[in-house]
Amino acid sequence: MSKVKVARKSTLIDMTAMSDVTVLLLTFFMLTSTFVKKEPVEVSTPASVSEIKIPETNILQILIDPTGKVFLSLDKQTDMINTLTTVGGELGVTFTPEEIQKFKIQKTFGVPMKSMKAFLALPAEKEDEILKDYGIPTDSTDNQFKVWIKAARATNQDLRIAIKADSKTPYKVIKDVMTSLQDLRENRYNLITSLKVESANK
Amino acid sequence: MAELQTNDGGGKKKKGGSKQKKISVHVDFTPMVDMNMLLITFFMLCTSLSKPQTMEINMPSNDQKITAEDREKVKASQAITLVLSGGDSIFYYTGQPDYKDYNSLKLSSYKADGIRSLLMKRNQEAVLKINDLKKKKLELKITQEQFTKQASEIKGGKNTPVVIIKASDKATYKNLIDALDEMQICNIGKYVIDKITPAEFFLMKNRETKGAHAAKFGNS
Repeated sequence: MSKVKVARKSTLIDMTAMSDVTVLLLTFFMLTSTFVKKEPVEVSTPASVSEIKIPETNILQILIDPTGKVFLSLDKQTDMINTLTTVGGELGVTFTPEEIQKFKIQKTFGVPMKSMKAFLALPAEKEDEILKDYGIPTDSTDNQFKVWIKAARATNQDLRIAIKADSKTPYKVIKDVMTSLQDLRENRYNLITSLKVESANK
Repeated sequence: MAELQTNDGGGKKKKGGSKQKKISVHVDFTPMVDMNMLLITFFMLCTSLSKPQTMEINMPSNDQKITAEDREKVKASQAITLVLSGGDSIFYYTGQPDYKDYNSLKLSSYKADGIRSLLMKRNQEAVLKINDLKKKKLELKITQEQFTKQASEIKGGKNTPVVIIKASDKATYKNLIDALDEMQICNIGKYVIDKITPAEFFLMKNRETKGAHAAKFGNS
């Protein structure tokens, strides 16, 4: 009898400790991490030694991809609605409540105003696909980027501007964005970088 | 833990059917672990751990335009102008550019022995002071606030160099960040990002042609 008992015991592995560990890990991940925002284009930021962290709220992020397309993202949905209506009013486009609802849930936006209505009519899966082909015009003839920034600033005074650009982006594009910001007297902004591993004093 | 529970079950052994009792007390955690692992995997894949770093920059606004006079003043006072060009190359000249001498524009690199050593040498005084300050902070002699205050005082000191960063359209965003990074590493408090002017292009062309460009203009 005793032999059988021993054999049975050995097959049962106690998972309590394992579950303790996993729960701990889970808690750690839940507390320390933030969700990745879905971005239409993949951007790898250049490394720098700067150690300032970016605040979490009230951020207007300007995303610039290597080919020079510009996208914007706001973290508050109320800001999104107000900004859209302001920009729409300025450029002579009015939106139905459904379209505003649809715009509100977008993570990143960057569609020229004239195609905005058609874009918002698309189903959600299609939008992601097509968004990366658009981008807000920043050239001097049709500078909708300025209008967007101005509208966003009017909606939320505490907004901080952060530029996130790919390391291969030509300076020309950055310059256009920076001059536009300068024209709007937005002189303080952050440049998002990733941490450089090498130490500062070497 | 499981052992203790077995002992509890052992108390009821006398009534018979001991094996079944034992199993009922023993909670199997395997599904729980499975679920947790799944959740962990999800969190690891869908979240980012660290917040991205940022660099704060202040650009001069357009209304308080820096007059040409100011520029001259800065230039005369031994400013260093960095010209970021395509192909990860970086040029620099000190003080006023000399349009006649093609060697006034010098080629440098983003490596530690390039532009960094030059700036470090120029800014030696401030670098030493900042290093001193850092040591004091490590030994907890001064607080963080004192440190930032004193550091900014040193950086804004009278004899520190002024760096003007000019990027051409061919330069990449990485080049700009690298240049700004060097400012931070070398503890330079006064630097501006300026638009590139035809003068810089002239200098670069001149350097390429080893002075032939300037000579042509001088004659015509």
